[in-house]
Amino acid sequence: MFRAEVFVTLKPVVNDPAGLTIRSGLHALGFESVTDVRAGKYLVLTLDAPDAAQARERLDAMARQLLANAVIEDYRIELQPEPAALSPSPLMGDSRGPSPSPLAGEGRGGGS
Amino acid sequence: MNTGVVVFPGTWSDRDCAHAVGDILEQPVRYVDHRERRLDGLELVILPGGFSYGDYLRCGAIARFAPVMEAVTDFANRGGLVLGICNGFQILQEARLLPGALLRNASCEFRCEWVNLRVEQSGSAFTQDCRPGQVLRIPISHGEGNFFADPDTLDALERNSQVVFRYCAPDGRLTADANPNGSLGNIAGIANARGNVVGMMPHPERACEPLLGGVDGLAVFRSAIHALNRVAV
Repeated sequence: MFRAEVFVTLKPVVNDPAGLTIRSGLHALGFESVTDVRAGKYLVLTLDAPDAAQARERLDAMARQLLANAVIEDYRIELQPEPAALSPSPLMGDSRGPSPSPLAGEGRGGGS
Repeated sequence: MNTGVVVFPGTWSDRDCAHAVGDILEQPVRYVDHRERRLDGLELVILPGGFSYGDYLRCGAIARFAPVMEAVTDFANRGGLVLGICNGFQILQEARLLPGALLRNASCEFRCEWVNLRVEQSGSAFTQDCRPGQVLRIPISHGEGNFFADPDTLDALERNSQVVFRYCAPDGRLTADANPNGSLGNIAGIANARGNVVGMMPHPERACEPLLGGVDGLAVFRSAIHALNRVAV
């Protein structure tokens, strides 16, 4: 079993009124050092797959077909074995810390 | 004009559309359930406004995979008339039957008000009864109607005269004040290249009788009737 975190964000060229509104809220609270806020979506998927490569392939397909809209959004997938299924897997390595997992990857949404 | 009004879980404008087409224009109309797979006998399919599937994930993202959408796509590709209103427009874009996307309104507010629309071209099936430059008064009611497309797509839309409606001042001028949601180019509605599929954020079905404050929306439905008659001849 794998646990995937999918981050969906508006492309940099797309205006983000929600992010701008959050920024002005932070400014109103006195956090004037904030120069930019981008809002997005965070999805956690648990899925069964024979190995990490196939899990990633399926997640990419899911992101392209449904989770993100390639016209306006980018996505990023972080993949790790489900904790319950932890075993001496070479996939885990030392990726528990804040450093990006070797399994992390980015997608630009593909297509047009 | 045999009309089908598609009903998804969370659709809210289906009755208004059926009332406009069936009661006011006296055309045969039926509701099409989102699980149906056949559109036999229909000449116009309307995807009405609402919050299909609660707008979960993105507006229209889930509706796009409803069984009926395969039939709607076939119908559109065969030249059938398809009108997507508000959430229906969002669904048509998610289904890639129309280009671009609709972002959250620039104001972050849900806007429910009467707007003025300038008809940009009378070639589409839903503007044949209008003349270019004509101004229609029709209400909007949405939180995510901020039209966006990448520069190449936008260029192509303009070049091919696929922009059907723009938000304008009462005299037809395109101004920032007249744009209720931040749409690029004040775009309120577009057509596919063939002109048989149109998506628009404003609600023509809510401007079809004086009791509701205006009748300019009738032009959209009457155009479809005439487009069909022209094909039949």
